[in-house]
Amino acid sequence: METPSQGFDLEGRIAEWRAYLLGRKAIHATDADELEDHLRSQIDALSEQGLAPDEAFLVAVKRIGGQDKVTREFAREHSDRLWKQLVAQPDTDEQPAKSSRTEALVVIGMAIVAALAMKSSDLLGLEEQAKEQYIFRNVSFFALPCLIGYFAWKRKLQPVRCVWMAAVFVGAAACANLFPFAPLGATEVLVGLHLPIALWLLVGFAYTGGRWNSSAERMNFVRFSGELVIYYVLIALGGGALTGLSAGLFRVIGIDIERFAVNWIIMCGSMGAIIVAAALVELKKSVVENMAPVLTRLFAPMLTILLLALLATMAWTGNALDLDREVLISFNVVLMLVVVLLLYALSAREPLAEPGAFDIVLLVLVVSALVLDAVLLTAISARIIEYGTSANKLAALAENLILLVNLAWSARLYFQFIRKRGSFAALERWQTSYLPVYSIWAGILIIVFPPLFGFV
Amino acid sequence: MQIGKDLVAASATSLVLAIVAEGESHGYAILKRVAALSSGNLQWTDGMLYPLLHRLEKLGYIAGRWGVPVQGRKRKYYRITDLGRTELAVQRRQWLEVDATLRRAWLLEANSSG
Repeated sequence: METPSQGFDLEGRIAEWRAYLLGRKAIHATDADELEDHLRSQIDALSEQGLAPDEAFLVAVKRIGGQDKVTREFAREHSDRLWKQLVAQPDTDEQPAKSSRTEALVVIGMAIVAALAMKSSDLLGLEEQAKEQYIFRNVSFFALPCLIGYFAWKRKLQPVRCVWMAAVFVGAAACANLFPFAPLGATEVLVGLHLPIALWLLVGFAYTGGRWNSSAERMNFVRFSGELVIYYVLIALGGGALTGLSAGLFRVIGIDIERFAVNWIIMCGSMGAIIVAAALVELKKSVVENMAPVLTRLFAPMLTILLLALLATMAWTGNALDLDREVLISFNVVLMLVVVLLLYALSAREPLAEPGAFDIVLLVLVVSALVLDAVLLTAISARIIEYGTSANKLAALAENLILLVNLAWSARLYFQFIRKRGSFAALERWQTSYLPVYSIWAGILIIVFPPLFGFV
Repeated sequence: MQIGKDLVAASATSLVLAIVAEGESHGYAILKRVAALSSGNLQWTDGMLYPLLHRLEKLGYIAGRWGVPVQGRKRKYYRITDLGRTELAVQRRQWLEVDATLRRAWLLEANSSG
């Protein structure tokens, strides 16, 4: 195909074109392969019609279309590759200087509001233990409305939607604070634990700008939630180290700032950091971008081994049914971890890639979690039959059933995908459409359980 | 006669599904087939076909596989799935309905003006 006499280096030009294409974040090597094959086919056909290689190359490149246009189309199709850019700046070009300053003000404002809401616990003049319980019940109402406010502002959410979200918060706050909970009752603990789960759905609604029905948007929200946790932990570690250091330095000059540190820095920081972490995820996405997939790849095999070892030990010793309550709860947490890990692994995976070894690891993880869940369900049912029911046992039973349904169907879909009988998208869709189930269940529990069990 | 951009975009999914339903094919061949079927009246920007193929693959309407590389050239082939055939049948009915409606409307127009 080359005609050295004309001095046109076709291979060199194609390589250049390809490298330029790969410079775009939305275009992966496989896409470039496909487009390159197309380009070469076109060049061959044009050359047969009598065009010189340089002419054929130019015509073929032109027919493929402007790289900007094609890249945008790829980006729209594979929003998972580019979710940060697409989420941060939809289609229109913003004026970056102005909007980033306003955004900084909104973030700082919301962080301060969240921190002050936390400090509201001091104004009530409560005893140490009552204050702790107040914070435990209400912690979701300090930061989450501010987080939602930030996203409502950022995504220009319709006021009507903000109003009904506020109404849900008022209702939830009423449940948490007006129910006459018995001192140290189990239902109070259950309500406190489930409030963030129920209300996180509203954060998702605000995060997606109201487009909660789109599976891709929900997956973006899952990615956001994971990155938020990573950022929050990083901020907490840094903040903790800095606070410890300052306490040490002040002690050197004979001043004890421990009370101040606990009452102000830790209390305000723990709330404000949630908003700041969310804003960082929004703004500086590419910095920790690759952390989440790396962490999933690291922990999924480890958790798989742990679960297999656990099941093998239980089968060997045969004391699966003698589990007491603490063990049941920690097993519940492990199962939740499996679901979260699965969700995260799916969100970080390239949807069109062929099934690989990591998919088999995940399938083994899901199946072993399924077996463990079945064992757990038997144990909980046995406890309920033996000792009668209680709020904790019923909640644990229901949550296990919810996780069991998710894991069972995921295992089926995953198996089909690995056998190439089903698509990865089906698995992704199942997970994203299951997301509201957790929150709705948590909502039901918050409203129904305390009256049902006499607020004990 | 050149067909407008919106119509080209609207018909793209049905057209690709119909072509892939004829047998396994790859991007370049699909575009050649579009050109042949429309006598060159439907002009696509070639590069736009690939994101569309990927979307249909993600939706499960078509399934892709990489062919054995020949001289380092990798080519991806697509074939229709059962889900894709169902979708094609639905879209076919819809297009026929659009076509029939337009014909009726134009018949009325021709009668009233003639």
